[in-house]
Amino acid sequence: MINALGTPQHVLLLGGTSDIALAIAEAYAAQGPGLTVTLAARAGEGRDAAVGQLHARGCAVTALDFEALDTASHGALIAGIEDDIDIAVVAFGLLGDPEEAWTDVHVARELAEVNYVGAITTGVALAARIRTQGHGVIVALSSVAGERPRRSNFVYGSTKAGFDAFYTGLGEALRELGGRVLVVRPGFVRSKMTKGLEPAPLATTPEAVAEAVVSAVRDGKEQIWVPGTMRVVMSGLRHVPRAIFRRLPV
Amino acid sequence: MNESLTGWGGTSASTARVERPADLEALRNELRAVGDRGVITRGLGRSYGDPAQNAGGTVLDLTEWDSILDIDTRAPSVRVQSGISLDRLLRALLPLGLWLPVVPGTRHVTVGGAIAADVHGKNHHVDGSFGNHVSSFDILLASGDTVTATPDGNDAELFWATVGGMGLTGVVLEATIRLKEVETSYFVVDTRRARNLAEVLAALETGDDSYTYSVAWFDTATTGDSLGRGVVMRGNTAPREALDPEKRRSALEFAAPQRGRVPVELPVGLVNRFTARGFNALWYATAPRHRTHEIQDITQFFHPLDIIGDWNRVYGPKGFCQYQFVVPSGEEAAFTTIVETIARSGHVSSLNVLKRFGPGNRAPLSFPMAGWTLAVDLPVRAGLATLLNHLDQIVLAAGGRVYLAKDSRTSAAAIARMYPRIDEFRTARARFDPTSTFRSDLSRRLDL
Repeated sequence: MINALGTPQHVLLLGGTSDIALAIAEAYAAQGPGLTVTLAARAGEGRDAAVGQLHARGCAVTALDFEALDTASHGALIAGIEDDIDIAVVAFGLLGDPEEAWTDVHVARELAEVNYVGAITTGVALAARIRTQGHGVIVALSSVAGERPRRSNFVYGSTKAGFDAFYTGLGEALRELGGRVLVVRPGFVRSKMTKGLEPAPLATTPEAVAEAVVSAVRDGKEQIWVPGTMRVVMSGLRHVPRAIFRRLPV
Repeated sequence: MNESLTGWGGTSASTARVERPADLEALRNELRAVGDRGVITRGLGRSYGDPAQNAGGTVLDLTEWDSILDIDTRAPSVRVQSGISLDRLLRALLPLGLWLPVVPGTRHVTVGGAIAADVHGKNHHVDGSFGNHVSSFDILLASGDTVTATPDGNDAELFWATVGGMGLTGVVLEATIRLKEVETSYFVVDTRRARNLAEVLAALETGDDSYTYSVAWFDTATTGDSLGRGVVMRGNTAPREALDPEKRRSALEFAAPQRGRVPVELPVGLVNRFTARGFNALWYATAPRHRTHEIQDITQFFHPLDIIGDWNRVYGPKGFCQYQFVVPSGEEAAFTTIVETIARSGHVSSLNVLKRFGPGNRAPLSFPMAGWTLAVDLPVRAGLATLLNHLDQIVLAAGGRVYLAKDSRTSAAAIARMYPRIDEFRTARARFDPTSTFRSDLSRRLDL
């Protein structure tokens, strides 16, 4: 169960090697001992390191083999988790090379399958779980890239737009069933995923995203931007005419 | 029907199928049909946290099972169905010159809930908790059998596991409660201000024996020399001759007006550091320095909060935590440290109650023990988890515990240490409900 101050007993990380997912688990582990984490990720060194990192924070960790592209397996994987899933963090995703993404059909397709199709199949499985357990929070890591497509990464942006719409709607569907969805829209996050890229304005960190998520879950919020000022910025950018928008350094 | 439920603190909502069985057969059918998420009974929802919630399972609302079955004016005692509220029961008993032996801070709890939480009142130092005055109850077990349990009979283990057992042993259907005789529904009250916590404790330590009812309100926002300044309020039931002639004519009337309610759920809370600080200062400033032999009615003396219906709504949608703990006598230093920690934390409570408890009873999960108890209401905001986890550690080190009827945030590990007899409870639960038919969000959260 999640207690009155938003502290869970059991967190499921989908895409468990994601820096943001791990930072969220660590933030909860810091609230008190006894956190159980199920870390669903592709087997390998990255996952082993993540397990070790959470062990060191006092978490009881179970690793599960998770392949985002194997969408048919998602239902059984989530149904097979025994403990109540108090918080599920949907954190897997690919950024991809933005130019390949719109010129190479294989890259485009992979981005769509991992970021959108995989997110939906896990989302449906999580929703089924929440319906039977009568409670639970899904933290869905969206992106401001989905709010207004940009020339620089619109394929990624389009998958996140679909992701965002799905989880926003899922939050409405689960309201009456005890579930809650928190859609998180970070700006540029300095992490493994963005390594080597030039940080965009208002760049943030996985720790800052984690802190914002912990507060938002405690306060029952359904949608946040990280940093918070990004909400105002994006609200403005949505209304900038395209002729001007394409000239902006964003 | 699926309903989203919370406790009185308005936190940690979860959804359950709420059933209102009309009779015993329907109730048995509910137990038979229960799925792997289990079932729990809910009364009037005054527990602050999650004991009357059962996410994904069944919640039994038995508040319509509220008949008075028999009043024995000679014993005196009353036999009731468990869904009756103490409010309704008191209204029926008073004209007969009878009174419940234990009345908690609100009358809007059921008899079933009062047993499940083993509630206490301002007279704990004299009369103990609710379970001490229950002479027997009928309980429906997971098996579908109904058992009559008494404190010293063959089913004493079941009796004491159920007292304070948070509804996890079965469904109490009917109970017999021993009563007190009273001449009036009024109280003769002495009130005095105390300049700091040490004075409050000293007053309660020395003078309590002359009063059946005793409690102190204190300020959680002041530090230094006036740390824990408070108002000590103590009284006894008023004899007829203490009343003026006008009140004497209606001596046994139930004088408990409700003067309003918070009508809607507010978009934001009205309680914050600033309003709570102001409220604290005002309460202290308007309390009499020392006043004796004042006649007060039930609501004034017993249930000032019951004057406003749904008062929990002032905390807004994020809700609040009530933190109530007890530390044993002799641990006044730990007690003072906790008050100091709260005062310095920046989290301000406006409803702060302090009381000296008498000895506890035989129930393994009963909260009271001889010592000092304190309750504070803290709005949910950043940093509260850290503060309360820290207070848990001080309480644990002092050999104390938090109250399950109030808790909404402690950990299973802390509870196991706070209730050293928890295994007695678990053994009894395993015996009377081997498949854990009775479950709640609280039992899942705290691994009871």
